[in-house]
Parts: sequence; C-alpha cells; structure tokens
Amino acid sequence: MTNEEIKEYISSLAPAATYDETGEWLNILVEPTALKPLMAALRTGKMEMNYLFCVTCIDFKTQLTMVYHLSATTHRQSIVIKANVNRDTPVIETVCDIWRTAEFLEREVFEMFGVNFTNHPDLRKLILEDDFKGFPLRKDFEDPINMIKL
Amino acid sequence: MYNQTEIIKDTSELGADGELVINMGPQHPATHGVLHLVVTLNGETIKKIEPHLGFIHRSIEKMCESLTYRQFIYVTSRMDYLSSHINNLGCALLIEKGMQIEVPDRAKYIRVILSELTRIASHELWLGAMAMDLGAFTPFFYAFREREMITDIMEDTCGARLTMNYIVPGGLMYDLHPDFQKKVKAFITQFKSKVTEYEDLVTNNIIFQSRTKGVGILSAEDAISYGCTGPVARASGVSCDIRKIYPYEVYDKVEFDEVIETAGDSFARYIVRVKEMNQSIRIIEQLIDNIPEGDFVAKTKNVLKLPKGEFYSRVETARGEFGVYIVSEGGTTPHRIKFRSPGFSNLSVLNHIAAGGMIGDLMASMGTLDLVIPDIDR
Repeated sequence: MTNEEIKEYISSLAPAATYDETGEWLNILVEPTALKPLMAALRTGKMEMNYLFCVTCIDFKTQLTMVYHLSATTHRQSIVIKANVNRDTPVIETVCDIWRTAEFLEREVFEMFGVNFTNHPDLRKLILEDDFKGFPLRKDFEDPINMIKL
Repeated sequence: MYNQTEIIKDTSELGADGELVINMGPQHPATHGVLHLVVTLNGETIKKIEPHLGFIHRSIEKMCESLTYRQFIYVTSRMDYLSSHINNLGCALLIEKGMQIEVPDRAKYIRVILSELTRIASHELWLGAMAMDLGAFTPFFYAFREREMITDIMEDTCGARLTMNYIVPGGLMYDLHPDFQKKVKAFITQFKSKVTEYEDLVTNNIIFQSRTKGVGILSAEDAISYGCTGPVARASGVSCDIRKIYPYEVYDKVEFDEVIETAGDSFARYIVRVKEMNQSIRIIEQLIDNIPEGDFVAKTKNVLKLPKGEFYSRVETARGEFGVYIVSEGGTTPHRIKFRSPGFSNLSVLNHIAAGGMIGDLMASMGTLDLVIPDIDR
C-alpha cells in the first residue's frame, strides 16, 4: 500500500489522526482514547499488522509520547503509531491482548516512564526493584547516588 | 501393597494448596547470567514462570542520552556481548543513514565478515552451553576449540576478545590485521572438518534428541505475536531474517539461505542454529578473497550531529532482530534512544512454551531461546 492509501484507510478508522511523512516511515498521531480501536482494526483489518516490534515512550518535557512500531510478516510495510499522553497523569489503554509481546514492553514503559496501562493483566515493575521511586527515563529524573549525566 | 493409580490421582488433585514455588536463579548454573525465574510447580509440572529481571540493569538507554554519537556505540557492545560487532554495526548504520555518510566498500565487506564470525562464535558458545545444561559436558570443549580461533582473530583485529569495538560511524576504526585473511581461512578449514563432530556428538545423540524433540513447542502465530525473531522464530517457520528482508551492507550480493524449520520445538531451534553456522561460513567464503582495496573509513566530521527527526535501523544479531531507535533534537547527543533487543521479546515467550511441561524440560526450552541477560536488562 502506498502512504496515500494507508492515510485514507486510517482516516476512515480514526478521523482525527494526523500524519507526518518526513521520516523513513509514515507516522500517525492519534488521540490516546482512539488508540485501542485503531490498533485492533490494524491487526484484524486488511492491513494485517501482526508484528509489533517496538513499543516505547519519549519524554518531550511537556508531554509523553507513546510510540508503537508496527509491521506485518506478509507485506513487510512498517508504520509508526503515536499517541501523546498527559505527563502528570499518563493513562493509555493496553494493546497486550492484540499483540502479546506488548505485555513485557508495556511493563518496561510503566516503570521507566510511569505510564499507566488500563486493562493490563499484570502491571508491575519488571526490571527495577519493587520499592524504586521515580521514573528513570524521564528527563527530570535525578539520582542522588549514581551519576547519570556527564 | 499400595495402589499406584491412587497415589498419582492424589497429587493431581492437590490444587492450589499443592503448589510449590521455587526460585531458579539469580545464581543458577543454567541461566548463564543473572536471571531470576519464579517457577510455580504442581508436582513436576510447571504451572507458571515469572521472570524477574534487572540484576544487571545498567540503564544503558539513559546513559546513551548523555553520550555523543561517537561515544554511545561503545556501550552497545556491553548489551549482547556475544554479538558486539553486530550491535555496533546497527548503531553505525543508523548514524550513516541519518547523516548520509557513504561507507567505503572495503569497510562494508569487512563488517559483514566480522558480523558472520561473531554469529558463529555466538552459536558455538550457545551450542556448548546448551549441551552442558542438558548434562552433556564434552560438546562444550569441542565448541570452544573452534570459538577460540575466532576470539584469537578478534583479538588480532581489534584488540579485544569480548566486548569488541571496531565498527565506527563511517567505516572501521583502523585497517585489518595483515594476517586476517590467512587466519580466517585457517578457521574455515578447521570448522568444516570439525562440524561433523557436532552432528555425531549432539545432533545424532539419542538422549539429546529425546530431551529436546517435542519440548517447548512454539507455533508460528505465537512467535509473531510475542515478537520473537532470529532462530527462535525461524524454527517455528516464520521468515524473519533481516539480512534477507532488508539487506544491509553487502548481504544482497552474497548467496546464502535463510534456515527455516517448521517443527517449532527445542530440537528445531537447535537445528536452525547449527545450519546457520554453515551459512555464515558460506558468506565468509564468498567475501574473504574479494575484500576490495581502498579506504576503510569515510571522512567524517569530528563532531557528529544527527539532523532533527527520528531514525530506526535494524540488523540481524545471533539472537534476532536488533533495532536502534533514536529521536534527535539536532544536537550532539540523542534525545531518546531505545534498543529493541531480541532477547527481551524471546524471553517473554518462555512462560508460554514451558508452562504445562515438566520442570526437567525447562532447561531445554530456556536453553534453546539463547538468552543473554545483559541484552535483556540493558
């Protein structure tokens, strides 16, 4: 599918989506509330995006941006779905019932950025200690003991 | 006199009260690193496996945010330390893509040869360690005999036997060691004459086969859904070799086969890795005599600055798809860097393939996932 066709298809699923074609792949920015239905449609619909290869989050100091890299093992076309979430109360719905790899990846984002994933079956810290305070990959994280900046 | 059937029936009806929780690791001889598995058992049957990570978490992603684009590559050798050249290559490719640096052909050829040597060394270590986990100690020495030759080549080439750093943005750090081609050819001859010994010792070993066949079965759909890549997914019949799908460097000029098995069990994962070693030898043979003369590094500025934007590059490590995702604000350091490590996704499938099986089979399932813990923890 060309980028124009993908845009048309996604606009029919999420009318409020905005697009950015400057990078290597088509970037689609959606509202956090519209993310889950769009993702489910991408997985089961005609694009058959069955391979979620990267889930991460970026701290832009004003907001957090969730980034989902999607691809398909059939046509191998990659797209990037993004959703901005509020930095003070970051909440977004989980996608781990669509792609099971998301369960661990979202747990990592949860502990590193503090994003809460609703309906996640097992949202606990994965890498950090259970009593760890703060979200280390946020830009304003300070560690009183270990040096983290040069 | 006792009735055997009644006793078995009793254990299966123990239910929640009969659950036994055991800790495997963090210091366990078969986890090859500090992985902590909390295994819930019912008798000898595994009910649930919960991995607890972070014992060697160094927050490499945070560290890289304060390192320049020349510096951060060296940290990536410490993630998947068995694929360090390939990790470095993934990062170098991203910077070359972002800054449109044209890499000389000589560097491209050498990079591919080193990547394939790294892959063989990694699979050799895995083969020895995996057989040792299952109780066969001898293959470890056989595998290390060949691996030693590669580590010697690496030592000559870049000064280190582990955590090698040789690939830099634009090409290579310095030119090849003069004996490089001779030593690689000697290795190929040695490997080819000895690879049949692995078949005799391990592949055709009836104990090994009965411990791995039908153990830890992973279907193709689940492999994709769990994001598995590399030999783990290819053993389930998923074509996912980045070298074939998105060829980088000179992989589109060499002939090699993507090894795919369909059984999806531990034995299939074993077979894929052994066959992959032979394919890597095939790639090296095609390139080793044809390394072009010329520069080994492109001329680049002292201070590298990626333009504002987002970049992603991926390479095939010995474990699967390694991705580097950088968000740049236009400065000398990345704003956000994310490493998509293959081991992380491959670990997430462990509960799925091992639950319902026996505790004795856990080593076969886990061993064939080829987990490298620093790669998972990062």
